[in-house]
Amino acid sequence: MTNFETIIGLEVHVELKTASKIFSPSPNAFGSEPNANVNPIDLGYPGVLPVLNEEAVNYAMKAAMAINCDIATDTKFDRKNYFYPDNPKAYQISQFDQPIGENGWIEIEVNGEKKKIGITRLHLEEDAGKLTHGDDGYSLVDYNRQGTPLVEIVSEPDIRTPEEAYAYLEKLKNIIQYTGVSDCKMEEGSLRCDANISIRPVGQEEFGTKTELKNLNSFSFVQKGLEFEEKRQREVLLNGGEILQETRRYDEQKKETILMRVKEGSDDYRYFPEPDLVPLYIDDEWKERIRAEIPELPDARRERYVKELDLPVYDAGVLTSTKEMSDFFEEAIEAGADVKQASNWLMGEVSAYMNKQQVEIHDLKMTPAALAKMIQLIEDGTISSKMAKKVFAELVENGGDPEKIVKDKGLVQISDEGQLREIITGILDENEQSIIDFKNGKDKALGFLVGQTMKATKGQANPPMVNKIIKEEIEKR
Amino acid sequence: MTEISKEQVKHVANLARLALTDEEVETFTQQLGDIINYAELLNELDTDNVEPTTHVLDLKNVMRKDEPKEWIKKEDALKNAPDQKDGQFRVPSILE
Repeated sequence: MTNFETIIGLEVHVELKTASKIFSPSPNAFGSEPNANVNPIDLGYPGVLPVLNEEAVNYAMKAAMAINCDIATDTKFDRKNYFYPDNPKAYQISQFDQPIGENGWIEIEVNGEKKKIGITRLHLEEDAGKLTHGDDGYSLVDYNRQGTPLVEIVSEPDIRTPEEAYAYLEKLKNIIQYTGVSDCKMEEGSLRCDANISIRPVGQEEFGTKTELKNLNSFSFVQKGLEFEEKRQREVLLNGGEILQETRRYDEQKKETILMRVKEGSDDYRYFPEPDLVPLYIDDEWKERIRAEIPELPDARRERYVKELDLPVYDAGVLTSTKEMSDFFEEAIEAGADVKQASNWLMGEVSAYMNKQQVEIHDLKMTPAALAKMIQLIEDGTISSKMAKKVFAELVENGGDPEKIVKDKGLVQISDEGQLREIITGILDENEQSIIDFKNGKDKALGFLVGQTMKATKGQANPPMVNKIIKEEIEKR
Repeated sequence: MTEISKEQVKHVANLARLALTDEEVETFTQQLGDIINYAELLNELDTDNVEPTTHVLDLKNVMRKDEPKEWIKKEDALKNAPDQKDGQFRVPSILE
């Protein structure tokens, strides 16, 4: 049986969150009423001229630098001609032979193995309008998205498994989010992905015919679509068939890829330099200014957490998985929180709450300083970890000052040794059988006595102290 | 002399979504050939030591600040739409 090797290349489109569009001053906003953010430039009226938004160039450069691309010095825009109602001009302004960024790479990790995936290019272009296809033979067009600045990031065919494709997408999204140039929200379309896949017998140098997967709505669908396609292509070839250059989509219900169209010949977009825009010259000063604005990226941050903060690799990975989480963590330790405690709370209770409520960290009412304060209250013995959960529940829902919450809820822990010893002595007097049981090696009896003490103090006794005092008092008897 | 073929004319017409009769294909094959050949006169110029250029204007970096501006209202945007529905442009479905 022939062994095959899989070759995958990914094309990722990322919308840049500038305030206005790339070639017109229309607001660039998601979720507005249809056609509320359009003007004659977006609508392709005769006689209008595009003017380039400087910030779109800055953002594209930032994204390109973050993925280790060389930045072009001389660059320009080109027209890509096509007829489709999503674009009223009948051409898209894009970049053809002089993309802003080239020769980049990012590093992924799959099953503990690190691997560099090359990035062929990153170019700047305009997004098109959004079509909603009706079942009456008509489609509705909303041009709000027309002219949204977009970068297209094309990977080298370095990806060998669907799992690597998934890891690449996660990493790319992570890095771009850190730069702050895009939200990278697949559900809002600010990050979109097309995948090319082909297989070839191991040892063969030339690539097999590739198929293109479109309409992939999540990273896991990218992976599943590629897994299906890998298998389908292998079966076709093993049965003596031929792979056609096709565009296919992934059907989430059927869990298979479905043919959209067979490509005949190459697309004829008749690219030519955009006559309405003059060339772009990016000098070193401009490049350095943008480079200086790139924040610490996830890999560097993760490494710093391990080396300087002594966090386990796992913690560092989870905390840096989004910039928001990582920034929250840093602000909390800045405000005095213990590093490991802050990490535990963020990975544990905070993440659990966000998952359950389907919210993000910026939706939480709790500030990093409040988390830090709460952790300090646990550490100085004012509240127990159990009480902290109550404080957290209040903080995360309604915000506020942890100290005040502790006071209002009467949660202050009893850590006064004399007071606890008195209560415990009374409990021991009433439970002589438990003392005998404990002395006979029944550890359960200790749990019972702790429980009685907690009950007597309405849960406010300091648990480690209760444990300690009970043992001491039993020793004495 | 560059020969333009009828096939090329049909291809270009198709890209421009133009339906040409056989007669028109004849006419345009001749005309396009003439135009190309005229433009080819430029090839006589020696451009060996001339940097390629992509724009006729000797300008670069014409940009605007990232400031959103309201220009027209949604209703105006739809005024020239041949057909509309629910605040959107309505077009015959063209499924890719």
